[in-house]
Amino acid sequence: MNRIEDSAVRSPWRRRFLVVGTLAASGLAVGLWRFYREGDRLTPPPGLKAGEGRALLTAWIQVGTDDLITVHVPRQEMGQGITTTLPMLVAEEMDADPAQMRFVQAPVDPVFANATMVGDGVPFRHDDDGWLARTARTTQTRFGALLGVQGTGGSTSVRDGWLPMRRAGATARAMLVSAAAERFGVPAEECVVEKGVVSHPGSGKTAAFGALAVRAGRRPIPRDVALKTPAQFRILGTSPPRIDVPSKTDGSAIFGSDVRLPGMRHAVLVQCPVFGGTLKSFDASAAQKMPGVRAVLPLARTATSAAAVAVVADHHWQARKALAAVTVTWDEGAAAGHDTTAQRERYRTLLRDGDARVYDEAGEIENALAAPPILVDSEYFAPYLAHATMEPVNATAIVRRDGTCEVWVGNQAPTLVKWFASQAAGVDTDRVTVHTPYLGGGFGRRIEMDVVLQAVTLARSLPDTPVQLLWSREDDMQHDVYRPMAAARMQAALDSSGRVIGWAARVVSQSCTGEFSARLLPAAASDAMKDKTTTEGLFDLPYRLPNRRTSHVLTHEPVPVGYWRSVGHGHNAFFAESFVDECAAAAKRDPVEFRRALLADAPRHRQVLDVAAARAGWGSPLAAGTGRGVALAESFHSIVAQVAEVEIVDGLPVVRRVVCAIDCGFALHPDTVVAQMESAIVFGLTAALHGEITTKDGRVQQGNFGDYPLLRLADTPEIEVLIVNSGVEHLGGVGEPGTPPVAPAVCNAIFAATGKRIRSLPIRVA
Amino acid sequence: MKTLTVNGTPREVDADDDTPLLWVLRDHLGLTGSKFGCGVGLCGACVVHVDGAPVRACVLPLEACAGRAVTTIEGLAADGRPHPLQTAWIAHQVPQCGYCQSGMIMAAAALLAEKPVPSDDDIAVAITNLCRCGTYPRVRRAIRAVADGHTNS
Repeated sequence: MNRIEDSAVRSPWRRRFLVVGTLAASGLAVGLWRFYREGDRLTPPPGLKAGEGRALLTAWIQVGTDDLITVHVPRQEMGQGITTTLPMLVAEEMDADPAQMRFVQAPVDPVFANATMVGDGVPFRHDDDGWLARTARTTQTRFGALLGVQGTGGSTSVRDGWLPMRRAGATARAMLVSAAAERFGVPAEECVVEKGVVSHPGSGKTAAFGALAVRAGRRPIPRDVALKTPAQFRILGTSPPRIDVPSKTDGSAIFGSDVRLPGMRHAVLVQCPVFGGTLKSFDASAAQKMPGVRAVLPLARTATSAAAVAVVADHHWQARKALAAVTVTWDEGAAAGHDTTAQRERYRTLLRDGDARVYDEAGEIENALAAPPILVDSEYFAPYLAHATMEPVNATAIVRRDGTCEVWVGNQAPTLVKWFASQAAGVDTDRVTVHTPYLGGGFGRRIEMDVVLQAVTLARSLPDTPVQLLWSREDDMQHDVYRPMAAARMQAALDSSGRVIGWAARVVSQSCTGEFSARLLPAAASDAMKDKTTTEGLFDLPYRLPNRRTSHVLTHEPVPVGYWRSVGHGHNAFFAESFVDECAAAAKRDPVEFRRALLADAPRHRQVLDVAAARAGWGSPLAAGTGRGVALAESFHSIVAQVAEVEIVDGLPVVRRVVCAIDCGFALHPDTVVAQMESAIVFGLTAALHGEITTKDGRVQQGNFGDYPLLRLADTPEIEVLIVNSGVEHLGGVGEPGTPPVAPAVCNAIFAATGKRIRSLPIRVA
Repeated sequence: MKTLTVNGTPREVDADDDTPLLWVLRDHLGLTGSKFGCGVGLCGACVVHVDGAPVRACVLPLEACAGRAVTTIEGLAADGRPHPLQTAWIAHQVPQCGYCQSGMIMAAAALLAEKPVPSDDDIAVAITNLCRCGTYPRVRRAIRAVADGHTNS
């Protein structure tokens, strides 16, 4: 271990100083918090009105005279089923019928903020209960609420909605019951509610919610209405059909790129092929004469978006053809020589001599690694990855001469859309309206604001004209924010009986959070703040590791990085769980037994591991050339174990079967949990078997699905999912946690089949 | 000006001859159910039927469609009754984000029209559409359910 790390960063004072930075930044927030409607997640924001024939019961719920209940869903639907699951929280406490639930995307207002997403960002183990961790967590969560950002990410939707949305449902129920009691002329306590109907058993009187809605809407919002206990749940824990699904089988679901407005023009663009480059000049004389072309416009480089030239035409294909006739000269800038092969070599060097920051440390790691009976010491590597959502990024905007702006964009953060549209349109945020259609995939890509900035800037040049900017697949692939390239050095000391007595992990990578912050607010960008996503999945392992250290070397590269489904866990679980497997092999122990021994303090993890291993038939014989591999990872407060069966066919790995067990505390909608595990496993397999973004001469070398292939139906293994419900007090996310264990489970299976250890992704067996 | 039949109705389209059918449908005819995913015929989000055969509309120019019959996801239901695959898609809760599903269903419908009881290998060979959400296990199950239902009836 190098000197810099020991002298500078191991100092507790310095470590505390870094955290204090976070606290100071949010100190203002604590003061301002008192002025915020603390705890009031019920009062409708000003201007929020119920539709015709509907009554607004709290900020979250509209009950219609047609008996339909419309929930203002504060998170965005990108396939994770959130527009069904969150309304279930409301339906449960209302005692409604799931079939009467509908949803609309909530408007942008702090009452719908996602505080959990911000609160989860503190660089502490989630089981760290020290004062510093607790204070930072509370402060950061409150800061999140104050910021008022509506966002969908970090697998936080259910945890964040759990109390406020149930409370809204219970409160709406109380208002409806109160209206019924008044109408029946009976005490409210004597009324019962079932499937959206209030009845009074004594008198036999009944009234459906719809008939009570208007009267209920005139009543004051009661406070402190009691919530159900889990034993009283009748809807949560069941799997009603998803509300969005029928529209996704007949072409009627509207995604961002499906928005059609009167007089709308279509825009396409070409962006500087090198990150950070600028526009030198362009010649649009030929393009401007082409049919349907309305404008050819330059877009300056910003902290958020690349330099570009855009063509706006009556139809998409006209714009596409005209763009080919535009000649552009770029100033490619400092990154023109960037090459990921060279970057990878630099990272290897930094693994040994980089300036590292410690994220977790205990015991005497240097002593433990000094001269152990068994030393395991390996280097790992994971490449950049693109999101490659099926719907290329796009946005539609209109900037009107009356000073208003409207934006339609599939996005993961409508609050940010509002801020960026306001900035690009040159109007106040309260004059911006954001519409969120369905997202054709998100996975972290659609929390970025580049396309919003570009579309609104174009629309501002053509006032009163709606402009839809649609990127090509190549634009999308080559101007993404990528999962970081990461290198790791993993070291373990084992005693002669094979027990782990020392564990050190060092990662080299860029910072997703640092770069995301810099794109949003360049002035505030700083390396002083730790980014837990760099080492999550390593510094917070559930294993009993008495002498340990996790450290990180921060890099800056021209290739931008961002949040990619499961973020740091994606590559860090590959490092950790492959390396645990290496340790088991060095100790000559069975991989499941080896992990069980390390999980002496983690009964929930052990149970999940056992459930997956049992279903997979761990230990039972397999055909020659086939291997079984296991991996366990906790992420986003959920624990997932997977066992992969891999057959080597003509030297290539074929994944036959994946058994997955998850403990997310309580599966609110079990079929959605299963679907998300299936989804995350396929997503993780694409990354493990195929995913790699490289650069040469500063350019991303992949452009379309020919050179960035995705898993296909034919390659999809049999997937079995088992759910462990350990209790609502352990509520965790489900959108991301299924991805991290896939790659190591498959690589460990390849080791079992062939004896070859895979330490670099994507998997190359030969 | 070209004439083609879309979902049973003759439509006249005033667009350049090289305009891909996908953009004719989406921009000129207002049918946005068929999606743009790659523009080079690799992902299958744009699959429609032309004279009953599955085609990738993002690479088929308008001039090649003149006088032919195009069926899109919006026209798959016959006489107001959903196609059995659409019913199975709901029963098996197949879609997630949903973006690729129109093309997926159209590809599956073409397969079943050609081969009402496909083998698992037939399904794997015919359904090359890409889905980033990984709905493949349910796609397989839903097609299987319709095929096996057909066997039983």
